[in-house]
Amino acid sequence: MAINKDSNGYTFGFAIVLVIVVGSILALLAMGLKPMQEKNDEVKKKLDILSAMMDADEKGITRKNADSEFEKYVDLDKAVVLSSKGDVIDGIYAVDGKVIEGRAFDVDIRKEYKDKKRDKNHRNFPLFIGDLNGETVYIIPVIGTGLWGPIWGNICLDSDMNTIKGASFGHQGETPGLGAEIKQQFFIDRWIGEKISDNNGMFKPFQVVKDGSGIDESKVDGITGGTITSKGVEEMANRCLEGYVSYFNNLKKTRI
Amino acid sequence: MSEVTENKKAPREPLFSKKNKKLVTDPLTDNNPVTIQVLGICSALAITVQVEQGVVMGLAVIFVLVLGNLIISLLRNMIPSRIRIIVQLVVVASLVIVVNEVLKAFMPDVSEKLSVFVGLIITNCIIMGRFEAFAMANKPWPSIMDGIGNGLGYAGLLVLVAFFRELFGSGSLYGIKVLGSNIPGEEWGLYTMGYENNNMMILPPMALVIVGVIIWVQRSRNKSLIEEH
Repeated sequence: MAINKDSNGYTFGFAIVLVIVVGSILALLAMGLKPMQEKNDEVKKKLDILSAMMDADEKGITRKNADSEFEKYVDLDKAVVLSSKGDVIDGIYAVDGKVIEGRAFDVDIRKEYKDKKRDKNHRNFPLFIGDLNGETVYIIPVIGTGLWGPIWGNICLDSDMNTIKGASFGHQGETPGLGAEIKQQFFIDRWIGEKISDNNGMFKPFQVVKDGSGIDESKVDGITGGTITSKGVEEMANRCLEGYVSYFNNLKKTRI
Repeated sequence: MSEVTENKKAPREPLFSKKNKKLVTDPLTDNNPVTIQVLGICSALAITVQVEQGVVMGLAVIFVLVLGNLIISLLRNMIPSRIRIIVQLVVVASLVIVVNEVLKAFMPDVSEKLSVFVGLIITNCIIMGRFEAFAMANKPWPSIMDGIGNGLGYAGLLVLVAFFRELFGSGSLYGIKVLGSNIPGEEWGLYTMGYENNNMMILPPMALVIVGVIIWVQRSRNKSLIEEH
């Protein structure tokens, strides 16, 4: 029973068996673990929204209790989905631009941002309404590109629908110590208090600056050594927030 | 007949024989994978900005290297030599994917930290280097020991380099500000006296310089490591 290990037949046979074995192990594993991974992603999404509203660490909110805490602060039935122009859509846009049924929480802005098949005008813009001790706050998820990969976040607006109350940022693989610092509280603090629209209700774009003039209105100090990531946050905030301003303007009119 | 007597003569090697122990201790000092074999330099440059990342990466490499060495060693007599590199690559890649998927499901926080490293583990030349140089020619147990040794040697060096880079580059260790804070308006510690972080330390070239200094120190202390030309 001597097998010639150098024969073509054995080499091919070994390769085929190896690929089938490894392939099926990985496929089974991925399928088996998928429900748990999806659950984790959902919890993470809730945790990110909560972190934009408040200091989640301080309140002791972790992955374990994010689900129940989320229900206390955010009413998902009130959440709406907007078009890029700020109109409320009844449902969500599918890839081809048709409006289909769906909830704001199910919108995956990260996937839509990457999806080249999706027209820019057919991106969904979810808006979550939170309740912070009786005060209504508005949470806007944002998505953009940093230096090495995607960056994302949630920006929380005060009840005046204008002032930034809090934010949380995340990234996939920005440089540790440089771009990755966008996650840190000191960077988020620089955004708090900024306004997204001027007195006439027009959107006011942000500027991430290097010269330390971040104290000025609509200007935010960038991170030293993390210029491209900081600029990515600027682009992300400006592109994602603009559409919401007209929605808020309409909302303000109906309130008065 | 003669073959059988030969087998009887050779006593079973104890699990922690001198030779096996040497497999673990050698890579820590005189045969360090990074400073002596100069393997895995690329990832040593990329992720030694913070100590924490060095530790996480080190643990991940130890795990993958030990398991991979074991698998390759078990398969060593079956792997056709013409496609052995591809087989080794398949083993590393699938191990890393398995680890990543399991972590994603059960330890999402750790998985987030590791996400950057997944690609770096697969391309780490220490892993392929040990598969090819050791596991392909040795029994499973010594291969495991070799994996532990080289993994630890790599992890140790990462932490050492990261220690200097984080301390002088960010003024912190394992994320804790040990030299004070330089956030405008909230300065304390050394920064109030005009101390500045060295931003060069954060950039990859300084990792190369630090690795170079470590190699220099190591070779000047142990002259037998210096090659003659």
